[in-house]
Amino acid sequence: MILFYLFALLSVLGALGVLFLRNPIHGAMSLVGSFFSLAAVYVMMQAEFVAVIQVLVYAGAIMVLFLFVLMLLSLRDEGPSFIRWSVGKVLAVVIAFGIWAQLALVLGQHDPEALVPQIVSSGEEVDSIKLIGQLLFTEYLLPFEAISLLLLVAVIGAVVIAKRRYPGSSS
Amino acid sequence: MMQIPLGHILVLSSLLFSIGVLGVLLRRNAIVIFMSIELMLNAVNLSFVGFAQSMNSLNGVMFIFFIIVVAAAEAVVGLSIILSLYRSRRTLNIDEFNLLRW
Repeated sequence: MILFYLFALLSVLGALGVLFLRNPIHGAMSLVGSFFSLAAVYVMMQAEFVAVIQVLVYAGAIMVLFLFVLMLLSLRDEGPSFIRWSVGKVLAVVIAFGIWAQLALVLGQHDPEALVPQIVSSGEEVDSIKLIGQLLFTEYLLPFEAISLLLLVAVIGAVVIAKRRYPGSSS
Repeated sequence: MMQIPLGHILVLSSLLFSIGVLGVLLRRNAIVIFMSIELMLNAVNLSFVGFAQSMNSLNGVMFIFFIIVVAAAEAVVGLSIILSLYRSRRTLNIDEFNLLRW
């Protein structure tokens, strides 16, 4: 239990780092730390499959992609990193706090465990990867195929958008 | 092993989501805004895992699988858009991108 609070604190600190660190590369590294501590939280919630995916895809692939782009662009200092409009700053804080307060209010008024219908465990391991694979290729077969098509479209789209058009070449 | 109470997980998830919203609204660097969006997606994933654990069901895990794939596709396309924006304007400051503003 103490470990849960420790990693929850670490992930919130990493998120705050993204918000406040001036250099985007430092922000990206702090986001990697936040994702890793979230993976630790998933392990503590007996969701090992999600934890592995979190480390492989998020902390591994997506954040490496972010860092690649940040280093490709080799940003110079762009002055103040927050928006200039001070009314907008206050408004942003009010909106974010409003969202959080609404969520906390809903959770505080109702016991969240009571919102969930209690399903009696069938004795199986809930997060076994074998079960996930079976479910993926039976009940979720159509979404699985659709998502593979989506990935193909994303790859082609990224290549088309990021392709450099040299002057003089027929585009 | 003791189960973590669902309420604590949801509070953590809402905190991460609000920090992501603040990042999107406050920062001016396009890539930092994009990272805040990833943070918000992660907060939603966390609440999915919490409910899946508490309902003892695998459907939440399947949803997370699909959310992560969509997030990966979104990151690829978004970063290539940011790359081509940088090529045309030589900056990542979103105040400079007023092409679609009236």
